[in-house]
Amino acid sequence: MKYLMTHLIRFFFVILMIFNFVGITVAQEEGAEPTFSATVSELKVRSLSQKGKAIEQLVLFINPQRIVILQALLDGYLFEVRDSGQVVIAEGKDEKYTIVGAVNNNNIGLVDSSAIKKIKINNRLRSRVRSLIANIQLNSADAELRLQAVKILNKSITQDDLKTLKILAESEKDSDVLEALELIFALDDMDNSDRAIRIKGLEALKQKTSLTAVYKLQAILEKDSEGKFLEPDAEIRKHAKSALVKMQSRLNAYQVAQTVFYGLSLGAVLVLAAIGLAITFGVMGVINMAHGEMMMLGAYTTYVMQLIMPNHIGLSVILAIPAAFMVSGIVGIGIERGIIRHLYGRPLETLLATFGVSLVLQQAVRSIFSPLNRSVITPEFMSGSWQINEFLSLTWNRLYILFFCLLVFAILLQILKRTKLGLEVRAVSQNRNMAKAMGIPTDRVDAMTFGLGSGVAGVAGVALSQITNVGPNLGQAYIVDSFMVVVFGGVGNLWGTLVAGFSLGIANKVLEPYAGAVLAKILVLVFIILFIQKRPRGLFPQKGRAAES
Amino acid sequence: MLLKYFGNDKESGFVLLILAAVTLIIPLCNLIFSAGSVFYFSAYTVSLIGKYLTFALLALSLDLVWGYCGILVLGQGAFFALGGYAMGMYLMRQIGDRGVYGNPDLPDFMVFLDWKELPWYWSGFESFPFAMLMVMVVPAILAFVFGWLTFRSRVTGVYLSIISQAMTYALLLAFFRNEMGFGGNNGLTDFKDIVGFSLQSDTVRAILLMSSGLILIVAFILCRWLVKTRLGRVVTAVRDHESRVRFLGYRVEMFKLWIFVFSAILAGLAGALYVPQVGIINPSEFSPLISLEIVVWVAVGGRGTLYGAIIGAIVVNYGKTVLTGVLPEVWLFTLGAVFILVTIYMPEGLVGLWKRKIGGLNHE
Amino acid sequence: MSNTTKPLLNRYQTFNFGHTHPVIKGNVDVSHGTVLYMEDVSVSFDGFKALNNLSLYINDGELRCLIGPNGAGKTTLMDVITGKTKADSGSVYFGQTIDLQQLDEAAIAQAGICRKFQKPSVFEKLTVFENLELSLKADKGAWVTLFATLNGEQRDRIDEVLEIIGMTSLRFQLAGILSHGQKQWLEIGMLLMQDPQVMLVDEPVAGMTHQEIDRTAELLLSLQGKHSVVVVEHDMAFVRSIANKVTVLHEGSVLMEGTMDEVQNDPRVIQVYLGE
Repeated sequence: MKYLMTHLIRFFFVILMIFNFVGITVAQEEGAEPTFSATVSELKVRSLSQKGKAIEQLVLFINPQRIVILQALLDGYLFEVRDSGQVVIAEGKDEKYTIVGAVNNNNIGLVDSSAIKKIKINNRLRSRVRSLIANIQLNSADAELRLQAVKILNKSITQDDLKTLKILAESEKDSDVLEALELIFALDDMDNSDRAIRIKGLEALKQKTSLTAVYKLQAILEKDSEGKFLEPDAEIRKHAKSALVKMQSRLNAYQVAQTVFYGLSLGAVLVLAAIGLAITFGVMGVINMAHGEMMMLGAYTTYVMQLIMPNHIGLSVILAIPAAFMVSGIVGIGIERGIIRHLYGRPLETLLATFGVSLVLQQAVRSIFSPLNRSVITPEFMSGSWQINEFLSLTWNRLYILFFCLLVFAILLQILKRTKLGLEVRAVSQNRNMAKAMGIPTDRVDAMTFGLGSGVAGVAGVALSQITNVGPNLGQAYIVDSFMVVVFGGVGNLWGTLVAGFSLGIANKVLEPYAGAVLAKILVLVFIILFIQKRPRGLFPQKGRAAES
Repeated sequence: MLLKYFGNDKESGFVLLILAAVTLIIPLCNLIFSAGSVFYFSAYTVSLIGKYLTFALLALSLDLVWGYCGILVLGQGAFFALGGYAMGMYLMRQIGDRGVYGNPDLPDFMVFLDWKELPWYWSGFESFPFAMLMVMVVPAILAFVFGWLTFRSRVTGVYLSIISQAMTYALLLAFFRNEMGFGGNNGLTDFKDIVGFSLQSDTVRAILLMSSGLILIVAFILCRWLVKTRLGRVVTAVRDHESRVRFLGYRVEMFKLWIFVFSAILAGLAGALYVPQVGIINPSEFSPLISLEIVVWVAVGGRGTLYGAIIGAIVVNYGKTVLTGVLPEVWLFTLGAVFILVTIYMPEGLVGLWKRKIGGLNHE
Repeated sequence: MSNTTKPLLNRYQTFNFGHTHPVIKGNVDVSHGTVLYMEDVSVSFDGFKALNNLSLYINDGELRCLIGPNGAGKTTLMDVITGKTKADSGSVYFGQTIDLQQLDEAAIAQAGICRKFQKPSVFEKLTVFENLELSLKADKGAWVTLFATLNGEQRDRIDEVLEIIGMTSLRFQLAGILSHGQKQWLEIGMLLMQDPQVMLVDEPVAGMTHQEIDRTAELLLSLQGKHSVVVVEHDMAFVRSIANKVTVLHEGSVLMEGTMDEVQNDPRVIQVYLGE
C-alpha cells in the first residue's frame, strides 16, 4: 500500500510539475567546493583507472550532486563541453542538446551535438558506479531509495556488499528494507559451508517470496542423469523441499491475484466503455449504436491533443479528458437533436439510425486521419509497472485506468443522485409525460443526458487510447461488449453495470489460460446469452409495474 | 393472368414477373449471343446479377421475421454464412487432389496446418445432396436453439436484436480460429467444380443464376402464401401486440420460433447460392456489419411487404457496386446516410413512397 | 390478532383442493359451484404489496363487479388470474382441479379464462374480421394454424358476433382506425369469440357513449349463467345497472362484499373512497 501511496503522490506531483512547467531542481548549497568541482573535472581523463579513482574520490564528498553526476555517467548523459572543458549533463533531441552544469546544476542552454563530447566508461566501471550509487543510497533517509539500493546490490552481490548490508540491517527500521535484506542473507546462507547455517537459511526462506530462491531451491532438488540427487544431504533436501512447497503455494496465490488484477483491469475498460451506454440505454432507453464511435472520437481527441503539444505528453493526456468529454458530448447532443429526437418510442428505428451515424463517423475519421491506426504515446507516469514482489507486478497504465474507472463511476453516480440534472433525468426516465407536465424541459434533459452519456464515452476513449491502437474500428471492437455488460448488469442500474463489467472481465481472464483469448470471449458471450434466458432483466433488474411494460 | 391472380397486390405480381424475366433472359442471352452483340451479358454481369438475387433472397428471409414478426434480427448474416460454409465445404471436397498440396482428402489449409485427417464434421460433405441438406439444416438448428432459448424466456425488442448481434459476433470470432477447421481467416476458396462442372464455365454460371432466381421466386411465393394464412395473421398480431396474442391462447414463442427457423433456412439457401457465384466464403460474412446491411436493404425497400425487401436488396447493392467502383470512400457515408434518412423520413421505404405517390395521384 | 390466524379468519369458505391435474379442455370441475378460487394471494413489487392475503371466490355463471380506489389491486388481481403475474404466495385455482399458478398465459386462455384489457388491445394492423378470426375458439397450435380455414359454422359465429357488437359494416376496416369506444366493443367481441368459461373484463365502458354503455350492460347481463363474468369498473352507475354482488378491494385485500346498496352505505367503503 505504501508504494501505491507514493506512486499516487508521484502522480499528483507530476501533474503539479506539468502545470507549473518546472523541472525537479535538486537543492544545493551556494558555491560548490572547489575540490568537488576539481574532482568532477577529473572524470574527463581518458585513462579508465584514473577515471575510476576520480569516481571513488567523488563519492567521498557529501554533496547531493554526486549522485546526480554518477547517475548521469551511468546513463550516458554526462558530457564535457569541447570549448570550455566544463563537465555538463546534457539531454537532447535532433542534434540539439540542453545542457546543465554538472557541479552546480545551473542551466547553460542549448548547444549543437558537435559542441559536446560524451564521457565514456566501460562495463567494469559501470557496475562499480551502480554499486557506489547503491551504497550511497543505502544511507539515504528515504526508505524507498534504500530498498532500491538493496535490490541493485543484490543483482551482483559481493562479500563487501554483504558486510555493508549486515551493518545496515542492524540499524534498519523499515520493514520492507529489512525483508529484502533478510532474503539476501537467507540466500547467502543457503550456500554456506556450515550445514546448520544452510538449514537456517532454508528455514528463513520459507517466509520469503523470491523467484531466485525458487530456482535455487529447485536446483537443490534436482537429480543427475543417474537419478541421484545433486545434493547429497537428505536433511537439506527435506528443508529445501518444504521451503519450495511453501513458496510455490504463495506463487500460486499471487498468480490468482495477478489474474484477478488483469480481470479487474479488463473489467474497468468494459465498465468505462459501458457506463455511458448505461446512461443512454439504461436510463433513457435509447439504443445508441454510435456509442463505440463516441469512444473512438475520445481516443482521437487524445491523439490530436498530443499533436498539438508534442512536448508535454503527460499534460496532453490529462487535458484530453475534458476535451474528449466536450467533443463526444457535443457530437452526442448533435445526434440527439438531429436524429434520435425524431425517434423516441421507436427503439428499433433508433438502433438503425444511430448505426448509420456510426458508419458516417467511422468513415469521417478514416477520411481525415487515414484508415491506419494512430499511436498515442503513453505518458511517463503511466508507463512501467509496480513490482510488488518478484511474483506480482501490476502495470501502471492498467492500474490508473482501474482508478480512473472507479472515479468516473463515482462522479456519474453523484451527478445522477445529487444534481438537478440527475433528478430531472430520473424523472423523465420514469414517466416522460408526467415530467413534462411538472414543467421539466424534457427536450433539454434528453439532450443533456445524451450528451453526458456520450461525453463519458469520450472519456472512456481517452483511457482506451492508452491501452489499444487508435483507429477507425476502435468503437466497433467494444460495442458488442458494452451492450453485453449493460444487459448483463440490468438495464437502468449503474451498479449493475459496474458489477457486470468487473465480473465479465475476471471471467474472461480466468478462462483465458485454459481456453485461449478468443475462445474465452466466445464462452463469455455464450454465457451471457444463456444468462439472459434465465434472467431477462439482468443481474439487478428493476422491479415493479413500470418494469413490466 | 398472373396479375389477376395477385388481385389488389399488383406490386407483388410485377416483382414476380420481372424476377421471372431476369431469371430466364439474362442467362439465355449470355449463352446464345456472342460477346459483340447488344444482347450479350458478360460473365461478370451474370455473376453480379446472380449475387443480387441471392441477396434478395436473404432480404426476403429477414423481412419475414422483421417485417411480419417484428423480430429485428441483427444476426441474419450468421445463417447466410452458415449456409455458405456448408456449400463451401462441399466445393472444397470437390477440389480433390487439385489443390496446391495435391492431397486427395484434405483441403489445402488443413495440410498447411499439418492436420492428418478430415475432422468428423467434414464427413459427408463430398455428397451434393448431403451438403444441400446441411445448407438448410445447420442454420435451422442454430435458429432453433437460439430462438428456443430467447423466445421462451421472452427476450424481445432491442434486447433480442443485441443478443442476436452477439450471436453472430461470437460466431465471427469462432470462425476466425484455425482450430475450428473452416480455414480460419481466409475461409474457403479456390473452388473448382460443382457437381462435376467447372465453376468458370458460362453454362454453370447461367445455371447458378437461374437457380438463384428460381429459388427466390419459389421462396417469395411461399412467404407470400405463409403471411396470408391464419398463421401469418397470428404472426402479424404478435408483431403489433405480443402479450395480447398470448391471452388469446396462442403460444407465441412457438409461432416466432417456426417463422425464425424458416427464415434461417431461406438465409442458408441464399448463402449456399452466393458462395459458388463469388467463389469464396470467409468469416467476414459473420461480421455484425453485414447483418446490419441486410437490415438496411429491407428498410430501404419497405418492410412488411416481402417484394419491398427484394427491391431494396437489389437497389442498395446496385448502388454499392456503382459507388464502390467510382468513389469507394463515399460508400460508407452513403450507407450511413441511407440508414438515417430511411428511418426518419421513409419508415415504409421505397414501397411506401411509391404507394403514397400512387395514392396522391388517385386523390387528384 | 396474530399474523398466522388472520388470513384464516379472512376466509369465509374453506375447500379441500385435489392435487393438480393436467388441463383437459372443457373439463373444469365446478362441482362445488365455484369456478375461481383465490386464497391468501399476495403479490409485492419492490416492497409494495399490490395484493395482500387476498381471498376471493367467483361462482360459476355469476356476474361479479370489482370496485375499489386506484391502487387497490384490481388489475394485479386479473394479472394473477391470467398468468401475467405470478403470486408470491397463496393459491389460485380454476375449478377444483386446475392450479393456475402452474400454467402460462396461453394455457390459461386455452383452459377457458379470457380477458379484456383496461387499455383497449386490438390488433391494429388487422381488420375487424381478422381480429375476431384470431380469437376464435379453435386449436391454436402453430402447425394447425398454418393450414386453418374457416368452416361455415365458424363464419356464422363471426357474423353473429359482428352483429352483437354492431360492426357488420366495419368488418373489413383495419382495427387501428376505429374509435376508442369501437375498439372496446371489438375487444368484447374478441372475448365472445373465445367463448370462455370465465371472462375478466377490465373497465369495459371507458370512452363509450351512454347508449353504448347501456348496450354493454345489456350484453354483460345476457352472458351471466352461461359464463362467469368479472367486471372491474369505476363507473358506479354502470356497476349499479349490472351488479347483484359487488366486491370492494382496498390496499390489496377484500374490504367487503355485498349488494350495491350495502356497499354504498358501508362506512368503511365511504371512508376508503372519500378518504375521511
